Order: sequence, then structure tokens, then C-alpha cells
Amino acid sequence: MNRPTFPTLLIAAGFSWLGLSAQAGEIRVMCYQDGIECEVTAELAKRFEAQNPGTKVVVDTVPYKTILEQLPVQLAAGQGPDIARVTDLGGLSKYYLDISKDLKNRKTLDEPFAATAAWLAPTPGDKGIYGFMSQLTMTGPFVNKTLFEQAKVAMPGPKATWDEWAEATRKVARATQTKAAMAWDRSGHRFAGPAISFGAKLFDAKGDPVIDAGYQNSVNKFVAWHKDGTMMREVWAGSGGSTYASSIDEFINGNVVMVLAGSWQIGNLQKKVGQNFDWVAVPNPCGPAACSGIPGGAAWVALKTSKSPKETAAFLEFMASEPAYAEFTARTNNIPAHAGLAKKGVNYTQADAASKAALGVFGSGVAQLAPVAYRFQGYKFNRAIMLPTVTRVTQAIVGEMSPEDAVQKINADMQDAIKQAQK
Amino acid sequence: MGIDSLFRAVQRRLGLQRMGWLFVTPNLLVFSVFCFLPIAINVIYATSGGVNLMPLQRPFTGLENFQILFECQNYADLSTCRKDVFWRAIWNTLTFSVLQVGLMVLFALITALVLNRKIVGRGFWRGVFFYPVLLSPVVVALIWKWLLQRQGVLNAGLVGLGWEPVEWLTQSGTAFFWTIFVSIWAHMGFYTLILLAGLQAIPRDLYEAAALDRAKPWRVLTRITLPLLMPNLIVVLVLAAIRAVQIFDEVFVLTGGGPGSATTFIVQFIYQTGFAEQIHLYGLAAAASLALAFCLMLLTLVQLRISRAGQNESRGE
Amino acid sequence: MRILDFLLRTRGRQRLDWTDYLSYGYLLLGLFTLFAPVVWLIMSSFKTEAALAQFPPSFLPYAQSTVTVTGFDKPLPLFEVTLEDGRRQTLAQVNRVGIMATMVDPQSPDERLRVNIAQRKPVESVAFAWSNYTDLFQKFTFGTYLWNSVFITVVATLLTLLINSMAAFGLSKYRFSGQRGVLLLILSTLMIPPTIILVPMFLVINEIGLLNSLWGVILPAIATPTGVFLLRQYMLTIPDELLEAARMDHASEWRIYWRIVLPLSAPALAVLAIFSVMWRWNDFLLPLIVLSRNEQFTLQLALNAFQGELNTQWHYLLAMTVITLLPVTIVFAFLQRHITTGIAGAGVK
Repeated sequence: MNRPTFPTLLIAAGFSWLGLSAQAGEIRVMCYQDGIECEVTAELAKRFEAQNPGTKVVVDTVPYKTILEQLPVQLAAGQGPDIARVTDLGGLSKYYLDISKDLKNRKTLDEPFAATAAWLAPTPGDKGIYGFMSQLTMTGPFVNKTLFEQAKVAMPGPKATWDEWAEATRKVARATQTKAAMAWDRSGHRFAGPAISFGAKLFDAKGDPVIDAGYQNSVNKFVAWHKDGTMMREVWAGSGGSTYASSIDEFINGNVVMVLAGSWQIGNLQKKVGQNFDWVAVPNPCGPAACSGIPGGAAWVALKTSKSPKETAAFLEFMASEPAYAEFTARTNNIPAHAGLAKKGVNYTQADAASKAALGVFGSGVAQLAPVAYRFQGYKFNRAIMLPTVTRVTQAIVGEMSPEDAVQKINADMQDAIKQAQK
Repeated sequence: MGIDSLFRAVQRRLGLQRMGWLFVTPNLLVFSVFCFLPIAINVIYATSGGVNLMPLQRPFTGLENFQILFECQNYADLSTCRKDVFWRAIWNTLTFSVLQVGLMVLFALITALVLNRKIVGRGFWRGVFFYPVLLSPVVVALIWKWLLQRQGVLNAGLVGLGWEPVEWLTQSGTAFFWTIFVSIWAHMGFYTLILLAGLQAIPRDLYEAAALDRAKPWRVLTRITLPLLMPNLIVVLVLAAIRAVQIFDEVFVLTGGGPGSATTFIVQFIYQTGFAEQIHLYGLAAAASLALAFCLMLLTLVQLRISRAGQNESRGE
Repeated sequence: MRILDFLLRTRGRQRLDWTDYLSYGYLLLGLFTLFAPVVWLIMSSFKTEAALAQFPPSFLPYAQSTVTVTGFDKPLPLFEVTLEDGRRQTLAQVNRVGIMATMVDPQSPDERLRVNIAQRKPVESVAFAWSNYTDLFQKFTFGTYLWNSVFITVVATLLTLLINSMAAFGLSKYRFSGQRGVLLLILSTLMIPPTIILVPMFLVINEIGLLNSLWGVILPAIATPTGVFLLRQYMLTIPDELLEAARMDHASEWRIYWRIVLPLSAPALAVLAIFSVMWRWNDFLLPLIVLSRNEQFTLQLALNAFQGELNTQWHYLLAMTVITLLPVTIVFAFLQRHITTGIAGAGVK
């Protein structure tokens, strides 16, 4: 009988695709970027490879959605990269690998990142080293200055309230026929900043999360702004469930006057907006209680699924060292989480005037952060608050339920999720 | 010659008729591993809680997940339900299925009737209606998402006619309408072909006899065509219903289940609960899956019963 | 006269009936509704990002004209400007600060004019932005996505044909106890589509070690109940005498299957092949949960990923959509007749 060779060849070719498992001495880094973070990382990786022959570093650039939705499921199934750039610091902490024993010098990561080490600790007071913050970010608004000039409306000052900004941007949008006045990223993390400003306490006396009148207030305001057309509908109402949606692309396309995003978008804005219009970062507008944003950032973390802990530790140590970190921060227009660099100041060689100014605004905005904002970011189950907020507030926006019902449901969902997560 | 002698050896042990098992085994193996095993695991998920992926590490909770899913203070008002999105998903799926199947089969029937006439280039027209069936759901959804944007071409047409642009996909009512429209657009051609084949199987002499009797076209349609097409029509209806209940791909890309939960259907709910939400409630997702599986089983049994009845009928004639 | 007769042939009458007008009208409406979106997609995929953002959109792709002006190294964009005295002039823009743009007349580049940005309108000409497509191949590993889709489709179809025909053969040409049970078992899987066993399916695939592997998408999909039934129905019509004769010639059962029954089932196999190609090329849900590494993405997954990521980079998205539907369209254009008759035939059974 004839031996069919073609199918055999196909199958043989297919087997070479059978799981691209890392070989010994190779580490996979799962990276997402807002600007060019992964491209810079890849270049730094090449430098690391040159310094450490025998180790190969593969940087996988994936969409942010993959990090949010698929990485946790992979990790739960025992699969995953060696290192990942993640934002759900508390939620994924049970998968982090302690590399303190494999580091050449613990101090490289201990000292400069002491302030944010608690965010990565799986249990409070844990002394292990699991990674470090690749950036320090703060949520805050960006404004299209050119549109304000065209409309001949004065921009509100640093201590202006959200209402004043809403009023001003509405005027500008009307005058320049822009699609919408304001848009907030579809994210519970973004929402928390104004919520705190409007009086939400987020935690009760015992330290448990609570949805109070201040939170209700912010939900009411947000829904009302959708009803009167201030807010761009597509961002929050364009999706279902709690899927993340960014509003920065609408801002870049000139469709909205003001967006609530964060400092990680500075590099992105510099690259994409270019000369099209002038944009500025402004301090977080005020509410009755505060003028706060939320701190945060993406961290490089070592994962338990790593098969090469020594190489993983070595690469992380390299990336955390001052020269490498300085280059990363300067080229990506980020705010450094490295305490030494933050004190010295970073020379943003790639930043244009707009980016430099924006970095300055965010830098000085750190002082305005409410203490509860830090607590919120560090709270292990903050996802339990943020995700139902997105789902339920969207339902209120499209009219499926009243804002009061929405807040009740947020509370119920949050309690359910925390109970399940603790099982 | 290897395979031949292997088969001969097995035949010596099994005998001729039981060789059938050998041929059936690969198929059964794949089914067992990728179908029956997951169902069994689903039952474990549905009866356990926590957020762990590994079924054996999950604490046993009995019927708690089903309890959570079906708990409602007032069944008339969906928002009092604990998992109101689940109930909305069920309601959406029911409404969608009824409307989509009804309209789609209606249009498929009309198209099949038109194509059955003596028209020029029937093969071409058949291809025209069938083309969207070949497009992947992602492509279909992206095309329509693009068209229906606020600054898309549909709104451009409206503005040209002097009307205001409409936010098609961010308003609950219109978003729901468009999910129905897009899924009809994408799938109608398939059922048109089946109905057309059924129409063409109706003997010509019946029509000629009716023409001799000078029967009015409407009578021909209702007394000859439709009754003879009925078995095909019912198969099409049930097939379309089974597919409609499982709708996911197009809607996922078109609206993501939004705005709010307006276009969240049952499979989307399962996907959201089990995969997309960052606090994975695998137990709930599994419980919802079992509920859906139960409904599908009922539907398929109905289809079997009807097609068997139809076969018996045609055999009896 | 013959031609006219042919063209105007109706249901036995000599003239076009109003029902014929209605029919053709309906068909034309169908043609428009079903094809206009695709045509619009293709036209739009050649537009630049700026052109796509315009409202109302134009049918043909326009791009802003540029002109090379002496004294400037890069070509400058051209605008039609309404000057203060009401005149219109075509000027090239040097740069823009705030709401004022600095522009020059390409003919006399020494004189610089300050123009309010509201006074200018871009000068456009028909231009096909092929860069949308070429950029895709450079920026994104398109070849990989295409290869993954092709590999999965071809291998899965071949395997589907093999094991489904084997099962159909086993169920149609043999009589063994438990046969009914097997048939019902396979039937029951019709009621369990992959959509509802997502998480356990993911778990099983993971435990076998096929996560992030193309085989993890291929293997679960190759046993299709529809395929088994289709082929079984057809094989039932193959006369048993042929098999008896072969058995008397001492052919092994495999030989009978491979050399006799399989070739005779070619028409049904062709239909199943068409179905399988359609299903596997357009597979979305299973690949979504199995493949999460960029290098294993199929075209559909890549399209979905970029849809979420490059939310408003429509120029790339549209080009990618066109590329994704191109193979299917080409196959369809050539095999349309076979496909439609095959499916219609299968449906009737």
C-alpha cells in the first residue's frame, strides 16, 4: 500500500507547534504596553542576553485584555510565562514566585521599591521579593487645549471642581461641535478617584470595603452626566459585563474634550497625537471631600509557573537596576517607582514639551492623593469593588435600573465575590 | 501491509460484525475525552464553590450555585433576582430566539419561493444569498459594527436624508434589533438553500394539475406548496432555534453583551462568569451551562420526534 | 426573437408578470443588502485613518494631497484656505500651533501666512492607501496567523473525514450489539455544543498538555455528529454485495473501507469537507480559550484581539477583515455551484 507522505509531513510539521515550552535557560516575559514599554523591554532584554550568554529572553507583547482575562486562567491551570507585567497586583499574588534567594543582591529591589512592596505581598508583612513596579501611575485627566482655544473658553484652574469642568467642557463641545465633552475610561479603578473626591470612604472602621453615600453620590453624578450628554456614551455603554475599555483613542481622534485616564498614557499621546492638537494634563478636579486620583501601575512579577527561577531573578534584577530602570522610564515617559530615581529626577530625553509638562502635573499631583486611595490600590480584593461598579453603573446608564438599585447591586455583588474569593 | 494484517488479526478475535467497534472507536474516543468528560467535570464545578480552577481543590457546596442562580424575590421583576444578569440573559435569549427564528425562516421561505421561479441566473442568485453564511462571525460582526458607528455610513445616509444620526449600538432597543438583523443577515442563506431544495422536490405535475384547474396562486401556495414543504420547514425551524439559543460569536464582537445587559445572551453570561470576569465564578458558569444543556436537550428531542414523525408519515403514504 | 423570448420567459406567459417584477426587485434588494456592506468594507479598507474619521464618509478612498515645496525636506499637506478677503487659495501647511497654522504658497514659498485652522479644508484626491495592507504584514505577524488558520483547517478537515467516515462505516455496514446505543450516544453530543462546556474543556485540554497548541484546537473538533450522520446516510445506500464480493476475495476490513466504501462515498465526503473547512476556518470560541499566545493566533483570533486593542484604528482593522474574508470568498467564487447543491442535497436528507 502506498505510504501517504503528505499527511505525514503535515503532522510532523504540526508537532513542531506542539506547545512552545521554554527550553532551559530561556525565559518568557508576557508584556503589555500603553506606549512602547514592551519594545523598550525587548531592547533591554537583548542587552541582558549579551551580558549573560546562555540565557535567552523572549518578550511576548500581548493586548492588555490578555493580561486581564487570560493570564489568570492560565496561571490557575498551572501554565504561564516566567515573568509578566500585571496590574491586578493583589488578585494574582498567589501565583507570584519569591526570588529573594536567587537574587545576587537583595538590596537592588528591597531599598528603591520599599514603598510599593506591600502592593505585591501575598500576605501582609511578607518579606519575600516577588518583583517590582515598572512604573508609578496616577489617574488623572487629559484636556484638549486646542479645542478650548477654538471655543474661546477659559480652562478651569487647579482647584476647580468636577462640576466646573463639566460646565466648561460642555461649552467647548457645543462651540466646536465635538462629539462629547467628557469621557472616563471604562474602569472601576478610574471611577474610584472621583468617587473618593465625592466623599466615598471605601473602607469602614473595621477595614472591610463598604459602599456608602459618597459612592452613591458619585454614581448619581456619573449617570446624570450621561443623561444630559456630557459624557461620551460609547465608552461605558458600548460594552457589556465588566470588560475594560479605554477612552484615550477617542481623545486622540479629537472626539472628546476631556478624558479621565492616567499618566501611563503620556507616551501614547506623544506618539499618536503629534502635531494634531495641543493636549495638557490637569490636576484631578475636586469634589466635596478631596481632589484625588488613584495611584497604581503595572508591576513586573516573577511567576510560580517559571521553570528557570535563577534566570528570572537575574533578569528582574537587571531591569530593576538604576541604569536599566532609568532608561526604561525615560524612553516610555513614565513616572518611576524607583525611589532613588524619583529623588534624582529623570532626564526625559524622548519627551516633547507637552509630555514633560504632563509628567510635571502628575508628579505634583501625588501630594493630592487621599490616603484611602493608596489603601484602595493595595487592597487585595479591590477587583470585587471595581468590576461590579462597571457592570452595574453601565446598567444604570442605559436605563436598566436606577442608580440607587445599581449601588445596592454593587454592594451585593461585592459581598458575593469576596465570599467566593476567600473560600 | 501493516494495517491489513492488524485488522485481520483483530477480526480473528472479534468476528466480522464486531469489527464495527474498531471503526467507531476513534470517534467515540474523541467524544469521550472532549465531550462527556467535560460534562462530568461540569457537574463537579456546578456543585462546588470558590474561585479555584482545579475541580478537586474546590469545596463541595451541593446545590448552592443553582440556588444562587435561581434565587429571586419576585419573579415578575427581574431586577430583584440575585443574579439578575442571568435572568436577563435568559429573557434576552428567549426573545431573541423567537424573533430571530421567526423572521429568518420567514425571509428564507420568501427567498426560496422567489428562487424557485423561472428566473434568469438562478445559480448566481443562490450564491448571492448564500455568501454571508461563509463569512466568519467575527468578520460579520466587524463589518456591521463599522457600518453602525455614530459616524458610520448608515448614519451618513440618515444625515443625508435630513435626519439625526442614531446611536445604534449604545442604545438598548436598537442594539437588540441589530443583533437580530445581523444574525439573520449572516445565516438566512443556509436555510434558504434547504427550503429551496425542499421546494424543488415537490413534483411538477401537482402544479400543472393546479394550473389546469385554474387555481389562484395563493391557493396553490397554501394548499400545495406549504403542506408539502412542512417537514422541511419544521426541521429548519428547530435547527434555527437550536442555533439561536446558542448565539455568541457575532454578538460578542458586535456589542460585547452591551449596552449594559441588553444583548447579553445566555452563552455570553456563561463566558463572562467563567472566563472574562477577573473573579472567576466557575461554579455559577457551570450551573448555568447545565441549565442551558437541559433546554437544548429538550429542543433536540423535539426535533427528533418531529423528524421521525415526518419520516413515518412519508413512509406511510 | 429567440433571445428576447428567453429573457422574458415567465411562468408560461409571454409578458413579464407583476410578480416577476416583484421577484427581481426582491432579488436585487437582497443583492444590495447582502453585498453592499462587503463592498463598502473593501472600499473603506483603502482609506487613510484621517479619511476614515471623516463624516459623512465618501465612497471612494480619498487622501490628503501633499506637495514638495523648495526649502522643506518633507512634503507638506495641501489645504484649500478661505482668506480674510474671501478669496480661496491652495496653500501648503508648514506647522500648526494652537489654533493658528503657518502656511505657504507652494509657488512663492518665502512668504508665510498665518491662518486660523477653522478657515482651511484639506485638498483631497482619490488614493488607495495600500499601506494599510503592507503595514499589516510588517507590523503584525500576518503570515503566522494565516499559516495557523490554514494548518488548523486542513489538518482538522483531513482528520474529520477520516474518523467520521470510519465511524459511519462502522455504524452502517456492520451489525453489532450496542450499535444503537453508540448511535444515540453520538446523537446526544448534538445537544452539547462546546459553548456550554467551556471551562471543563479548557481544563481537559490543559491537563492533556495541548493548551497553546494548534492541536488543542484541532483534536476536539474532529468528531462531528453531523458528519457521522451525513456519511452514514450515504453509506447505507452502498450495496452490501460489493462488500461481500470483496470479502470473498479475502480483502481485510480495512481494505474494504479504504479501497471500496471510501471512494464510493466521495460526494458525501465532499460535502462534509466543505462544511468542515467552513467551520474550522471560522472557529472562534474554542480557539479563544485555548490559544492565548500571539504566535498561535488564528486569523479570527487576531482580528478579535486587534478589535479590542486597536479599538479605533479602523484602517488596520478593516484591511485585516478584508484579508480574513478573502480566502473564503475566493474558494466560494470557484466552487459556488458545488457548495450550494451539496448543502441543499444534504439538507433534504
